[in-house]
Amino acid sequence: MLLYLKVFLVGGLFCAIGELLILKTKLTAARILVVYITAGVLLSALGLYGPVVRFASAGATVPLTGFGHALAQGAISGVQENGLLGAFTGGISATAGGIAAAVFFGFLAAICFKPRPKDF
Amino acid sequence: MQHHKKSAKQAVIENYAALVRRVTPKSKVGQGCLRSFWVGGAICVLGQAIADFGINYLGLTASSASTFASMSLVFITALLTGIGIFDRIARYAGAGTVVPISGFANAMVSPAMEFKPEGWVLGTGARMFTIAGPVLVYGIASSVIVGILYYFIQW
Repeated sequence: MLLYLKVFLVGGLFCAIGELLILKTKLTAARILVVYITAGVLLSALGLYGPVVRFASAGATVPLTGFGHALAQGAISGVQENGLLGAFTGGISATAGGIAAAVFFGFLAAICFKPRPKDF
Repeated sequence: MQHHKKSAKQAVIENYAALVRRVTPKSKVGQGCLRSFWVGGAICVLGQAIADFGINYLGLTASSASTFASMSLVFITALLTGIGIFDRIARYAGAGTVVPISGFANAMVSPAMEFKPEGWVLGTGARMFTIAGPVLVYGIASSVIVGILYYFIQW
């Protein structure tokens, strides 16, 4: 149960920081996503993100920084297994599930649902 | 008399200003952060619950359970975007739905649906990556750089 509290607090904190960036710096949502994934890759490469994942589990892997962490760790373990080739194959291999799911379910949603006019 | 009347009007104005101050939320920033915090935290908790379900009932390893949780959150986001509920949650929660993997999923699903009238190839197929494209470009490119650096200087 303590783990779930940590997940909630850390995951919430990542999102609150994102909201603060949107409100204070006029960064658009698209730029927030780019900043978060790149920050995740950098922090992971510096060895700073792994401890956060061990502490908060999904609280650190569900935010987009966790996506960056998976990319970086994938590239590193790719190099350990396949050398330089792994630097190119490792990242996407590690995140393939999420990317393929987003493409597939996005396409499926386009088939199944009518586009609705944005009401804002 | 004239003076007295004026001050009564003044009092009304001041009362009104005080009322406005009282009913206005303490700060827009504080309210936005609080909403992002609890909704974003809740999405992560849901992800953890799905991952734990995968480990305990589907026999997944820790890392495949994490992938399974991401994919499930992507599916849930696609469904809620399709039936129009996600937009309403996103308007309330701001970054709370953007920062988790749901934000990435919504950024793909929403234009895939919206641009269907422009065709299956250049509408749905291409517009899906308007926001997701840059995210993948910077994410993948920086991870390749990390991999190459790691190859030369294994820190």
